[in-house]
Amino acid sequence: MHDIIMFILLLFLVFCAIAVSFSKNLLNSVIIFMSYSTVMAILWILLESPDLAITEAAVGAGITSVLFFVTLKKINVIDKMVKKEQPENISPVKEEEAEKDE
Amino acid sequence: MSKLRPQKDYEKTAAFRFWSWLEGKKDPYVGTLEMKEQKEFRESKVAAVERVIDHEKLHDKIYDMEKNKEQKFFRVFYKISAIILCVVVIAALILCASYLPEVGNASNPTNNDTMKRYVEKGMEETGVVNTVTGMILNYRGFDTFGETCVLFIASSCVMILLMMSEEKLRANETPDFEPKDDLILQTIANLLVPILMIFGFYVIVNGHLSPGGGFSGGAIIGSGLILYSSAFGEKKIRRFFNEHVYKCIKVTALILYGCIMTYHFYTGANGIENLIPMGTVGNIISAGMIFYINLFVGSEVACTIYSFYALFKRGGL
Repeated sequence: MHDIIMFILLLFLVFCAIAVSFSKNLLNSVIIFMSYSTVMAILWILLESPDLAITEAAVGAGITSVLFFVTLKKINVIDKMVKKEQPENISPVKEEEAEKDE
Repeated sequence: MSKLRPQKDYEKTAAFRFWSWLEGKKDPYVGTLEMKEQKEFRESKVAAVERVIDHEKLHDKIYDMEKNKEQKFFRVFYKISAIILCVVVIAALILCASYLPEVGNASNPTNNDTMKRYVEKGMEETGVVNTVTGMILNYRGFDTFGETCVLFIASSCVMILLMMSEEKLRANETPDFEPKDDLILQTIANLLVPILMIFGFYVIVNGHLSPGGGFSGGAIIGSGLILYSSAFGEKKIRRFFNEHVYKCIKVTALILYGCIMTYHFYTGANGIENLIPMGTVGNIISAGMIFYINLFVGSEVACTIYSFYALFKRGGL
């Protein structure tokens, strides 16, 4: 049973690692990275090293992803993603361009 | 201020210059090494439109897939070569891993005297139940001290790069930086922050008895501080954790840690009886210096992690 759970978790890790690089939405990839760290923490416990598990859960899943979120917020990626969902969004430069063409 | 001499005479002495330099009243580099202020980049509307049109024309010409055959070729070539490179590297690593000795084999090079000593005499020599902490903070104490110094230097560098002056911070206090009184976040923070703080403190204090230790406990306390500041805004967290408190805790922790480590090395770093009492194995206050080192590392890490967040987010503590 122990081996089966470990095998499933390891497969999940590989899947997560591939999904991080293939996801087009940066916010999603940070969240996938977070779940990668959480599963890694469970794996550390299964490998009988709880010291590492606590550190992995606190640093990998918690603080690294918070720093990623703050960085994404700072470079205005999150706002752009929200705006993309609303289709009627024309940047001011393009409006001017349209006026000039007329 | 000096009580012995009048103010004018005191200002000429070296002590006055030293103290004013220490308090940051006089900066010797002002006027000599300053950078010029950058002008804000501005362009007229016509120029901007022209620039956009030029850029689009260039873009269309370069990325015209039907005519530009080089582009088409390299697009496929890069993808295929990236996949081949990844597969080759993965295969090499897996091949190397297959040559590693088996886990649990008695003749492995890891099964040597060092490991035997750690397992058999670790508890007796360091006075800790959790052998990992004993190894990190006693036998390998020099490495951990270096790591703490690296953390200190890293957070100092982040401060130098990202810290804004007080006036700029005040002018920049837009609600954009913090969520506006989010009810869900505040309710969760009310529930979680006390638990996180107590759990972090528990992990630090029990570092020599149970899994955990200074670094992990400090990271938990730091994440609690981050949650509090993102839920209630910077004004509330500044009431108990501002720049002054940050500096005091961080510098004091590192200096005391350095003192303990210096004393430890001076006495030979060999488990000789020293000034710090060992206590009985299993008590909270036991294990000699390891308990105190855990406390200092914990406070250092908590400060560093919160400062990273605060500096990234709003450029000041």
